[in-house]
Amino acid sequence: MIDPLRPHAVYHDYHPRWLRRRVSTYWWLERWPYVKFILREISSVFVAWFVLYLILLLRAMNRNAVAYQEFLDWSTRPWVLLLNVISAFFIVFHSITWLNLAPKAMVVHAPGGRRVPPTVIALSNYAALVVASVLVAWLLLGG
Amino acid sequence: MAKRELEPLLWLLFSAGGVLSALLMPSLIVLFGVAIPLQWVHHTPYTRLLAVLHNPLTRVALFALCMLSLFHWAHRFRYTLYDGLQIKHLNELINTFCYGGAIAGSLAAGYWLSRL
Repeated sequence: MIDPLRPHAVYHDYHPRWLRRRVSTYWWLERWPYVKFILREISSVFVAWFVLYLILLLRAMNRNAVAYQEFLDWSTRPWVLLLNVISAFFIVFHSITWLNLAPKAMVVHAPGGRRVPPTVIALSNYAALVVASVLVAWLLLGG
Repeated sequence: MAKRELEPLLWLLFSAGGVLSALLMPSLIVLFGVAIPLQWVHHTPYTRLLAVLHNPLTRVALFALCMLSLFHWAHRFRYTLYDGLQIKHLNELINTFCYGGAIAGSLAAGYWLSRL
């Protein structure tokens, strides 16, 4: 069959197969940086769990002091405690990797036009983390 | 397409949630999730916690933390399923689950915060 408009075109019955290796579902287990990448992504699941935990706390606070005490009792159950300990590790991991990455994602220029060194940005991020943590602890425990 | 136009907004919510959760969540989870249940510290008395929550600033901050962190999770988790596990054929279901969950959680947080 010759196409009168394109007499030199060559047609095949089958589409040629591209050389494309199948990537395993577990490709991210091959190297540590890949594992770290996936762990960083998975940290978001624990962030979501903690939001749910906060919502349950807010719901208890809406009711009364008894409901609050029930929430506190529930939080000592082994599975809740274990989940929260694991979540705490992942959330700290998320916090550190996120704050470390910020200077790479954000280039800040000083008024003179000179670039603010990445270490200064990272350090100010950590300073903000310390200030926020002290504020939380002071509001909930201090005085 | 509406989806394409939404993408920058979703990225914005993702990074805003990343910053807020990175700054506020470590202390909150260590306190409420670990230190208080293990009795390393005395739990915050009900009346005191209520007073803290009655401050409008706390409520705004907590609502922003809950909402943005949930959208942070939705966006990141969605891409983990795409890239990590190569689940591309369930797009619609995953998007509904992630963003639907984020919206539902935000509404719940807003509801309980506004009624305090």
